[in-house]
Amino acid sequence: MPGPTPVSATSSAARPRESPLALSVRALLRKRSSRIALVVLAVIVLVGILAPLIAPYDPAAQPDIVALKSQSPSLAHPFGTDPYSRDVLSRVLYGARLSLVIGVLATFVSLTFGVAYGAIAGYVGGMLDAVMMRILDAFLSIPRLLLLLGVLVAWPHLSIAPLILFLGLTGWFGLSRIVRGQVLALKHAEFVTAARALGASRRRILARHLLPNLVSPIAVAATIGVGHVIVLEAGLSFLGIGVPQPLASWGNIIQDGADQVATLWWMSLFPGLFMVLTVMTLNILAEALREFYERRS
Amino acid sequence: MLRYIARRLAQAAIIVAIVATITFALIHLAPGDPFSAVLDNPNVSESVRETLRAQYGLDRPLPEQFVRYVGALSRGELGWSFSHDRPVSEVLGQALPNTLLLMGVALVGSFALGILIALIQVARRGTTTDHALNGITLLFIAMPDFWLALLALLSLAYWLPIFPVGGAVDPVTHDYLSAGGRIVDRLYHLALPAMTLILLASASVARYQRAALLDVLPSDYIRTARLKGLTERQILRRHALRNALLPTITLIGLSFPALLTGAFFIERIFAWPGMGYAVVYAIGTRDYPLVVGGVMIGSIMVTLGSLAADLLYAWADPRVRNI
Amino acid sequence: MAPLLSIRDLRTWFYTESGIAKAVDGVSFDVGAGETVGIVGESGCGKSVTALSILRLIQPPGRIESGSVMEFEGRNLVTLDDEEMRKVRGNRISMIFQEPMSALNPVFTVGDQVAEVARIHSGLSRKKAWDRAVETLGLTGIPAPEERARQYPHQLSGGMRQRVLIAMALIMKPALVIADEPTTALDVTIQAQILDLLMHLQKEFGTSILMITHDLGVIAETTSRVIVMYAGEIVEQAPVNELFEHPHHPYTEGLIHSMPHIGHDQARLNVIPGTVPAPTSWPKGCRFFERCPYSWNLPAHEHPPLYDVGANHISRCHLAREPQRRQDPHPPLVVQEGVDAA
Repeated sequence: MPGPTPVSATSSAARPRESPLALSVRALLRKRSSRIALVVLAVIVLVGILAPLIAPYDPAAQPDIVALKSQSPSLAHPFGTDPYSRDVLSRVLYGARLSLVIGVLATFVSLTFGVAYGAIAGYVGGMLDAVMMRILDAFLSIPRLLLLLGVLVAWPHLSIAPLILFLGLTGWFGLSRIVRGQVLALKHAEFVTAARALGASRRRILARHLLPNLVSPIAVAATIGVGHVIVLEAGLSFLGIGVPQPLASWGNIIQDGADQVATLWWMSLFPGLFMVLTVMTLNILAEALREFYERRS
Repeated sequence: MLRYIARRLAQAAIIVAIVATITFALIHLAPGDPFSAVLDNPNVSESVRETLRAQYGLDRPLPEQFVRYVGALSRGELGWSFSHDRPVSEVLGQALPNTLLLMGVALVGSFALGILIALIQVARRGTTTDHALNGITLLFIAMPDFWLALLALLSLAYWLPIFPVGGAVDPVTHDYLSAGGRIVDRLYHLALPAMTLILLASASVARYQRAALLDVLPSDYIRTARLKGLTERQILRRHALRNALLPTITLIGLSFPALLTGAFFIERIFAWPGMGYAVVYAIGTRDYPLVVGGVMIGSIMVTLGSLAADLLYAWADPRVRNI
Repeated sequence: MAPLLSIRDLRTWFYTESGIAKAVDGVSFDVGAGETVGIVGESGCGKSVTALSILRLIQPPGRIESGSVMEFEGRNLVTLDDEEMRKVRGNRISMIFQEPMSALNPVFTVGDQVAEVARIHSGLSRKKAWDRAVETLGLTGIPAPEERARQYPHQLSGGMRQRVLIAMALIMKPALVIADEPTTALDVTIQAQILDLLMHLQKEFGTSILMITHDLGVIAETTSRVIVMYAGEIVEQAPVNELFEHPHHPYTEGLIHSMPHIGHDQARLNVIPGTVPAPTSWPKGCRFFERCPYSWNLPAHEHPPLYDVGANHISRCHLAREPQRRQDPHPPLVVQEGVDAA
């Protein structure tokens, strides 16, 4: 009998490699809930960007501290005025801008630090890894707010830039653990051994394969992270140690009205609503991203 | 099992040690004298400054200061609180039980409520109830703690004066009440802060538990349970939940940081005399030792909570218990 | 004597995005009291779905189509309400699966899990149910059953776990036990023990067994009557010896010839070329047509009914009409790349 005929090579149409950004966007457009969330978030971001154009008043202006102060919502001031007669709506719009910027920048710091820390720990391994992980565990056991309180009491009257830095430096712990896990898994993956047997260097393999595997946890961590920072910054501002006055952030506005919570209810309600909406949409998007990547793997 | 306990205890000890180092670094990394705010304050007497200097050995080299710091910590000394004019350990020691009460009630309540919500969601997968609860939990997870507390205060203490506006006891009448009356008074004051914290914390428990249940449902042993003739409800409650509760035990350990943070804000807004209230107040007065002491204690609480959760897990999972 | 279980025209269809998968498409057979009947076929032929259908464990998007009848103890299982069906499961009809590793709940003791069946169906107290569970565990050959009952599944070996599952299946002395690949996941030496156990218990309790497997060796050892399934249908049914000595349907032939024989020198294993067609689009004519070495134009467009081809022997093959075609084998229409037809 004749021997086996050579199997014809099945050709799979070469798919162009999608960039992580394109992939993430595709993930977000799949479900209806995340599409809606994306639209809402886009609107909020747009509001923040266009705040100078669409805010009816100057957020810092105190036109008439006697007659116009602490007014409940009206047609002229849909969100009312604060004890300094500033228009709350304008301040909330500018607050969107500030809170979002702080959120994004701080998260960026967290991501950079987290990926670097985790990658180094995982790659080097051994004693250094063990020590780094124990330090990480210790940081994880200090609630983020407490850590920030400790820092901010030492450095009173911080301006925005250092505030962003500290916010970022306290939010990388979880991500670095995940990154370290990925690096470890890759180090011991079979295909790495196979590739090395073929002559590729370990570093090159890791560089090539690490990043695509990290897209998912980074994307999810980034989305959730921004939400966390927004809430955290608001909390700090509420306690008086966040964004310095008279800048308008959502937390600041609430703080301004905190002493007379019952009578100045609009100062608590509206910034909070915006915050909840922003964070909710961010969480929905993060969830969609996570589901998408989980299903792919 | 005993080896596991020993190992975890050792780990916890190491973590606390590192945290002590971190707090020490926090104290000394700040610009200028760590107590410049204090030492510049004309209200602080000279004797206090001298005590401080001696206690902290501010003129000694750093490593020696560290050793003294650790020594002081191990004796339970956390420094001197300027704003209260008492040792930090005394101030926090008085405040801590109130925080523990609040957190304890919130822990039990939020897990009970969260698990209940998850069970309902899974039993009615895909129905409107499921979707509605899903949206509600999403909403509460996104909510800042202090905002919900403010709204709760506004709506249920001011506009509808059902609950008291703050404090742990009624400042005027508490001491004149009977023993039973005093307990009721305390519960009455605990209600709103506790409910707020429970609402906030149960949302993530509910989502986590729901995911764990859905994870367990396709398992082979669930299929076996169906084969035996159990009702879907019995399967859910008896077989699925028992397995899906295991990761939730881990969640207990993980939820301490969030509970503590939430407690801080809630204590501030409801004037609940706990550790959070003291620390937040200390921020305003720049009472640094109190804040750092609070960080230390908070972190120890979290570590112990995580440890307890791990031990509970090891006991609850027969696969770990019987190794 | 009336059969214990009588299945007529069972159709279980799955409504999926890519079409309706007719996993079980008109299956009829009987199981008598005390009998061991085997269902054999490769993966995807519908045998497991048949088993799940009997116990009404088909979940959406699957559905037992109306018109199906499953007569058992005087009632049609298809139309029973949920409450009544639950009383049947584990009690009158029970099932053993192939994955003893994962079929037991890891957080309960094995004794608890076996006793649970008795508590549900007979309302026995905890103590009495436990005792009965220990007794049944002992019957399955587990040494020191009182101690074993207090252990957790991860503390038992694979063979012992399977015995626990058998105990679970038998504790209520059901009339019918469905065994779906009960030994596939076990070591060869344990396989023999478990099969012996099943046969022994069958004699003890007089239970009927529906043995579902792809392993002809298991069929030969344990069953008295065999059903061969292919592409959602029954293609042959015969007493076990008759099937092995005089297989009629070309698929059965192929199955039997593909079994390697110890002591028999073979350069290459015999395989049936091609694969099962997709259940969303069964061919119009004979479903085995493309892979059959005797095919001709008739089976291409006429779906064969079940023909009588011997004593208690039926076969879904047009060769019953034109037996002379069997002298004329040819390479089947489907030839795999790189693999020659036997």
